[in-house]
Amino acid sequence: MALYLIRRLMQSGFVLIAMSLLVFLGVYAVGDPVEILISPDADQEERERAVRALGLDLPLWHQYLVFLGRALQGDLGRSFVFNEPAIQLILQRMPATLELAFGAMFISVLIGLPLGLYAGLRPDGRLSKTIMAGSILGFSLPSFWVGLMLIMLFAVQLGWLPSTGRGETAMLFGIRWSFLTGDGLAHILLPAINLSLFKISLVIRLTRAGVRETMLMDYVKFARAKGLTPFRVTFVHVFKNIMIPVVTVLGLELGGTIAFSVVTESVFAWPGMGKLIIDSINVLDRPVIVAYLMMIVLMFIVINLLVDLVYTLLDPRVRLEGKA
Amino acid sequence: MLRTAAAIGLALASAIGVAQAQNLTMAVGAPVTSLDPHYHQLSPNNAAASMIYSRLVETDNLARMQPGLALSWTAVEPTVWEFKLRPGVRFHNGREFTADDVAFTLARIPTVPNSPASFTTFVRPITRVEVVDPLTIRLHTATPYPLLPMDLTNIFILDRETHEGATTERFNSGELAIGTGPFRMTRHANGDRIELERNDQYFGERPAYARVTYRMITNDSARTAALLAGDVDVIDQVPTADIARLRRDNRVSLQEITGLRLIYLSLDHMREDGSPFITDNDGRPLPRNPLKDLRVRQALSIAIDRPAIVARVMEGSATATGQFLAEGIHSHIPGYPVPAFDADRARRLLAEAGYPNGFRITLHGPNDRYPNDARIIQAIGQMWTRAGVRTAVEAQTWSTFVGRAGRQEFSAFLLGWGMNPDGSHPLRNLIACYNRDTGLGASNRGRYCNPELDRGLAASSQNLDPAAREQQLLGLERMALEDVAVIPLHIQTNVWAARRGFAITPRADELTRAQDVRPAN
Repeated sequence: MALYLIRRLMQSGFVLIAMSLLVFLGVYAVGDPVEILISPDADQEERERAVRALGLDLPLWHQYLVFLGRALQGDLGRSFVFNEPAIQLILQRMPATLELAFGAMFISVLIGLPLGLYAGLRPDGRLSKTIMAGSILGFSLPSFWVGLMLIMLFAVQLGWLPSTGRGETAMLFGIRWSFLTGDGLAHILLPAINLSLFKISLVIRLTRAGVRETMLMDYVKFARAKGLTPFRVTFVHVFKNIMIPVVTVLGLELGGTIAFSVVTESVFAWPGMGKLIIDSINVLDRPVIVAYLMMIVLMFIVINLLVDLVYTLLDPRVRLEGKA
Repeated sequence: MLRTAAAIGLALASAIGVAQAQNLTMAVGAPVTSLDPHYHQLSPNNAAASMIYSRLVETDNLARMQPGLALSWTAVEPTVWEFKLRPGVRFHNGREFTADDVAFTLARIPTVPNSPASFTTFVRPITRVEVVDPLTIRLHTATPYPLLPMDLTNIFILDRETHEGATTERFNSGELAIGTGPFRMTRHANGDRIELERNDQYFGERPAYARVTYRMITNDSARTAALLAGDVDVIDQVPTADIARLRRDNRVSLQEITGLRLIYLSLDHMREDGSPFITDNDGRPLPRNPLKDLRVRQALSIAIDRPAIVARVMEGSATATGQFLAEGIHSHIPGYPVPAFDADRARRLLAEAGYPNGFRITLHGPNDRYPNDARIIQAIGQMWTRAGVRTAVEAQTWSTFVGRAGRQEFSAFLLGWGMNPDGSHPLRNLIACYNRDTGLGASNRGRYCNPELDRGLAASSQNLDPAAREQQLLGLERMALEDVAVIPLHIQTNVWAARRGFAITPRADELTRAQDVRPAN
């Protein structure tokens, strides 16, 4: 186990360095930040001053080495736009994105699992067919459009829920969270639903497929023959066995949701990392883009590791030793 | 018993009414990125700063100069401006405002570290600051400099005791966001919202609302939806596509004003022989750059049906123009015509210039910068093609477009320019010859150059007689326009929308500020 972890960590280190080079080169190939950030009526002297102030007068390899040297000390550079450490900007907005992503994940499991289970146990029922047809909508509707429709219906027409923003927040561990207040929950509901639609469909489909496959297995037949209650058969024998693919996919989905909930965050003006990254790309705030992508790479590495560890808990046959 | 209950009910209702009337929530489309008023020269930041801080010279909604922290200003000598300051003004933390704070502010501006767009250009002409007494300050310049008061409309005044050594981060955290403006800041969530409270000691007109939430909702549809849902009371940058619908909706009202932002076409004046995106009709490069011929430039200008673009593409929220500034603004040339659309005359002019069959050109522009930018160049492409210049259109994202435009990679391209209300502003930046030493023509991306115009500009820039100077500038503007240095298209209309019960005074300079909102019926 320890050996496995050490090897995984070393691999991760290489991935990080390779990614930093790729990201750095990619970001620095696009556009000229000074042209975008500078006031239009700045004269030539002021433009040259800005180039020097942002460190863009150095050759590319020099800029990369400066970046790498600072990164090793935990400093991923200062935002051109905010004049604050990029890491700090990202961390400030992370709680908002995290609670949104976990909210969406919670909703998708809460709704997706029971529906998928039902559709798998009664594949020919009319309700099951409706559920499966509905899940196609969840896959195919663009979240941008669904988000606007949710706002138009629940905020503008019915007036039940607020249209945008994060609402009231309460402090926990020195961080502001919305899910701790009623107003905050009202604000989080629509964006979380919007973000979860795709995932609900995914969970329904995975669960249904898993259930249908498992129901035909010998051990399920045997359990039934033994006279166990359908409840016990479903929730002990079937349920445990369909969880591995669901956990894998949800783990990866969680990463994707945290990293790229850009569309939902901008439609609902949710002040999270997705909104920060899209604003930063628009003004070519290079340090923030680079820092953000590095954090995302790190996050995916960690999530994959955790998913592998969860396997061992769900299925004792999975071993992490990986003898070479 | 019943009467008491009714009275209590009434009192409660009116108390709630008052409470509501005290609160204002606004949503703006462009994020405020810093509360340090000297860090990044950017309209949204200036709008936020003008709620918290004040300037020596303020501007009204038509961009005319008004007394601010300075009550009056005069050029006591050709190279000395004297400002008489307003007595009894206090910063939010109770400290008194004096001439020394002005001196401190002017000294701080060039020293703000890491600034991507500093305010240094506005203070560079000042060679010496002389504090005469606590309420009088003299600014010395090397040469006569009539624009100094206007430059100072960009500079927000800080307090020496409070802000000595202050970093941008301490402004952003709210700790040092302390000024003399109509509101004091209570909370700042970067990129999301600023919460403000009325400053009851403010020297100017008292704001109508005691508490203001200033939110940033960058998505156009979401901003409109938030207004319709009643979550916000006022929004800015109403998208042109929503204007017709909102006009019919009696829950909201629109407030509009012709702004200071000109949308224009820039042309390649730099190359004599062949421009990168111009070929003959068979796709072979031309030996000479046709855009150097005045008749070709005139033809391209009159081949554009400006009123049609305003009506169909901009849905009415712009004013077709043939000059730099809108009517009612300083340096507007009275009666100067909008070039009349005439495709036949355009063809004749092209034939006279030696292009009876026209040529091919690619028109470039951004697709995410100005309202409907990509659709404007598509429309112009069709109009030019009809007049005999076969036009391809290429729109791209601003972040790549602007860099290429600055390296003179295009032949004809669309740009916008937010004017200061003074003819010297577009002339110095867009029209004057590009010259690093004089600092002129820095945004002259087509590299138009007319030495005669530059000489006139140099003369006007030392003229301290306002009326004579404006006449000089009008003559120079005509000179540039008659030579078709650029092709002006239209001036944008700035549009705000407010819920019933709220009204905002629309500003030509696009700034959205809480002190401009009033209750309305």
